[in-house]
Amino acid sequence: MAHGSKDTIAAIATPAGKGGIGVVRVSGPLVAEIAVKVLGKLPKPRVATFSTFSDSDGQNIDHGLGLYFPAPHSFTGEDVLELQGHGGPIVIDLLLQRTLELGARIANPGEFSLRAFLNDKIDLTQAEAIADLINSSSKQAAKGAINSLQGEFSARVNALDKKVVGLRLFIEAAIDFPEEEIDFLQNDRIGQSIKEIQEGLNACLGQTRQGAVLNDGISLVLAGKPNAGKSSLMNALCGKDTAIVTDHAGTTRDVLTEKIQMDGIPINLFDTAGLRETDNPVEKEGVKRALEETGRADIVLLLVDVSDCREAWRDEVNDLLSIIEGQGTVVVLLNKTDLLEQPLSEKHTHVATDSNWSVLQISAKTREGILELKTTIKQIVGYVDTSEGVVLARRRHIHALEKASEAVERGRVQLATYMAGELLAEELKIAHESLCEITGEFSSDDLLGEIFSSFCIGK
Amino acid sequence: MNYPKKFGVIVVGGGHAGTEAALASARMGVETLLVTQNIETLGQMSCNPAIGGIGKSHLVKEVDALGGAMALAADHAGIHFRVLNARKGPAVRATRAQADRHLYKNAIRGVLENQQNLHIFQQSVDDLIVEGEAVRGVVTASGIEFESETVVLTVGTFLGGIIHVGLDKSAGGRAGDAPANRLAERLREMPFKVARLKTGTPPRIDGKTVNFEGLDEQAGDSPRPVMSHMGSRKIHPAQVSCFITHTNARTHELIRSGLDRSPLFTGEIDGVGPRYCPSIEDKVVRFSDKDSHQIFIEPEGLNTRELYPNGISTSLPFDVQMELVRSIKGFENAHITRPGYAIEYDFFEPRDLKSSLETIHLNGLYFAGQINGTTGYEEAAAQGLIAGLNAARQSTEQAPWCPGRDQAYIGVLIDDLITMGTKEPYRMFTSRAEYRLILRQDNADRRLTEAGRAMGLVGDQRWHRFEEKLSLINARKAQLEDHWCHPGDVEIETLVGKALGREYNLANLLKRPNVSVENLIEKAGYVWPDEEVNEQIEIDLKYEGYISRQQEEIDRLKSEEGMVIPTVLDYGVINGLSNEVRQKLIDVQPETIGQASRISGVTPAAVSLLMVHIKKSKHLRASQKSA
Repeated sequence: MAHGSKDTIAAIATPAGKGGIGVVRVSGPLVAEIAVKVLGKLPKPRVATFSTFSDSDGQNIDHGLGLYFPAPHSFTGEDVLELQGHGGPIVIDLLLQRTLELGARIANPGEFSLRAFLNDKIDLTQAEAIADLINSSSKQAAKGAINSLQGEFSARVNALDKKVVGLRLFIEAAIDFPEEEIDFLQNDRIGQSIKEIQEGLNACLGQTRQGAVLNDGISLVLAGKPNAGKSSLMNALCGKDTAIVTDHAGTTRDVLTEKIQMDGIPINLFDTAGLRETDNPVEKEGVKRALEETGRADIVLLLVDVSDCREAWRDEVNDLLSIIEGQGTVVVLLNKTDLLEQPLSEKHTHVATDSNWSVLQISAKTREGILELKTTIKQIVGYVDTSEGVVLARRRHIHALEKASEAVERGRVQLATYMAGELLAEELKIAHESLCEITGEFSSDDLLGEIFSSFCIGK
Repeated sequence: MNYPKKFGVIVVGGGHAGTEAALASARMGVETLLVTQNIETLGQMSCNPAIGGIGKSHLVKEVDALGGAMALAADHAGIHFRVLNARKGPAVRATRAQADRHLYKNAIRGVLENQQNLHIFQQSVDDLIVEGEAVRGVVTASGIEFESETVVLTVGTFLGGIIHVGLDKSAGGRAGDAPANRLAERLREMPFKVARLKTGTPPRIDGKTVNFEGLDEQAGDSPRPVMSHMGSRKIHPAQVSCFITHTNARTHELIRSGLDRSPLFTGEIDGVGPRYCPSIEDKVVRFSDKDSHQIFIEPEGLNTRELYPNGISTSLPFDVQMELVRSIKGFENAHITRPGYAIEYDFFEPRDLKSSLETIHLNGLYFAGQINGTTGYEEAAAQGLIAGLNAARQSTEQAPWCPGRDQAYIGVLIDDLITMGTKEPYRMFTSRAEYRLILRQDNADRRLTEAGRAMGLVGDQRWHRFEEKLSLINARKAQLEDHWCHPGDVEIETLVGKALGREYNLANLLKRPNVSVENLIEKAGYVWPDEEVNEQIEIDLKYEGYISRQQEEIDRLKSEEGMVIPTVLDYGVINGLSNEVRQKLIDVQPETIGQASRISGVTPAAVSLLMVHIKKSKHLRASQKSA
């Protein structure tokens, strides 16, 4: 029995940030249509076809291979399209976004495998493995969502959610309790609320589109004495692809901001200088402020010249930690291991498991340990070996905000043009459901609860 | 003694649930027995004298579309009709009728007595006959045993009822009916979960003692709406007005001074009351910044002067009731004919029901109405109909039927009850329905009559009327689509409010704001007198985009709704479910994947795991069978 899913799902099928190729996989009834719109034509079944991937304006997003697997001869048993591009996470994300524009939705964790299983494409003996996959990828997705929902973004979405609930309860109360003298059609407040919600949505979207992890990159603070080897580390991280986008003094003279790319992941590097003279209260304050201003310092790399201090590195780290405490995940890098006769033993690098920082031994010069460092960084920000990291979580959130925004605008028009309050209510419900994909479940009974606590209903 | 005749279905209770249950079963050709404590109270409106309202008229019209009695009885008894939300768009429009209690009761009694296959018997039911895990009949107070393999219990608030007036309390069902008996004990022996609810009524007032001068009069609407698809204005009795008055600062002061003798505030009552229908003392305390609350004065009938002051339900002591009533404008000299009271009662956890309303604990036993934690005549009637038709289907070995959430408010009601349960007396609101634009009161027949006909619920007369209406709608829509208007058509351009840029057909033009079907067909020179048909055309066209979007959503979810969960599923063996999710699934025992996904707290991942497990176990069973 075919599972017969009515909707089309899409997701990034390759581990993000790995470089090389990235794959967006799409499955469901809209596949052929999406293929034609992205690739310009439907590729021959099961033949890798080189093509450009275009966006809605016909601009190139990337080029690469398109693979079309018509049902039932595909991984899921449904029509499947695979788009293999060259780009890093951003380009792959744009490609995913394109498929969403064309009617797909982001797949739930493990959903491709689930469909494959339900369509007899995966052996029934694999049921437990599928269950495990669903479980582990849900956990990763939840983690990704938490990473995406941090700081100001989260506060804004929650504030927006409150506004939408406030407006909905007013309108729904007017509909369900028409004799309670709640007349929204005559109320200027409605127009004002809609405007505020739209502004809030635009602000959120603006922030996510240009300000957050994806386009603005990971915030990485590099701290350490001047001779600790920061510039060689930077070069080691960027490899040959070093792309310095900006090079200007930061908001204080103590912080320099640089944009680099690491395996296609954009990184904002905050190079804090002069940490040696930490006794100077003015300077200490300056550094602190700089660190606070970065706000989203995802990671702090504490660089120590281990050839200089050897086993005594902990003292230096503690000095540095006293300044940067509370500013993201700390990774202590014991640099210049090439100058040691042999790396420090386990005993000397051991860190208690409940500690909020970890230790890596590296040599920025010989690139030893750099691979481990890159993996650590990616893990911390969610660019791990999963398609459910921050990229997808953030894309989910953006998609939800966009759906909400479109619905609110349609609702505004319905009210303004047709005085159709019930259709405004409908659109607000859709907008609210979209926001709830970010903020969590909200039932019609919750809404009634809000109504009854706000209005004295009682006939 | 054993009654010599065996029945297909036995319905216990003659309220709004019981009458619709018995009628539905009998309409389907099944020999049906209705056992009631008192034939004289069949079809009695025990609370306020109104049928319909927001969300509720939707239910009434759905019951009507399936051949039920309530809507037509409301047309025979309605002495004041209104359309609610008239300006807010057809999807949320509702009809309400104030009914004359006697006319209503007479109408229902008439339908019952004239229904073929239906037998009425007066006596209280004391016990169920149970054999193993199945019901086999009922035993009445005098020991008569009636045999049937299906029994529908619609016994209202008879379980553990306590009436409160001030600090005085008395055991009782409604107005002195004996509350507890062997039946209650029998039900308590079964593993049903029982919880407690409360509701209340206002004091009734003698209209002779009310001064109407200076009160706001609210006349019924004109044109007067009709409740039933088979009704007409011609069958409506004489019409009267309602009045509106308000509580004031003095009233609130009196209420506050009586709170120390209010069972609600002294902790005497532990049942949970509805949030949407609080007592006047609740309102005054919770919304202390409001110094006035609205009271709708509803007439109880044409031949009685008794009035129902809707909005001042109370369980304050009688002396406070008298004072507070007399502090209200128009009621200065009012005489209370019946004191207000609060009643606490037990109900059974509705999550122990299947969507057919059969209980999961006893084969063939169905519950409908207040016993399931709902309130309202309309909610009761809707459940009665579903329980009755499913009992009849079971007795004739047919699969159960219940409309989906996308088909009817009845479906929303039942799915909510069996999936979420309820913590307060459950009442329907339009905001509970996800597909509000499709589930309208005006198209209840188009949503349900065909299904009702197939099940034998819909008689020839209703069916032919429905078929005619449907073909008229289609024919006239086609006419509108074929009628083209050209630029320069002054009549049409005046109506639309601007010049036509190109040719448009009338169906296109009807989608524009400010263009109504009446105006359009008049300008186009058609004489189409069928209001109902015109209304359907206008709504279909104006909502077209929204309706098709909701329909897409419904189709998208169809595969999940269709995935049936086996009844004997051991949730304990599904790996990866959290204990919380597992317990919720065990509590609800969802029938489909769609229902499981609606349980609050059940995540998409949990639903996926459930699907994997079902697929695996289905395969295992199949391979065991073939082995």
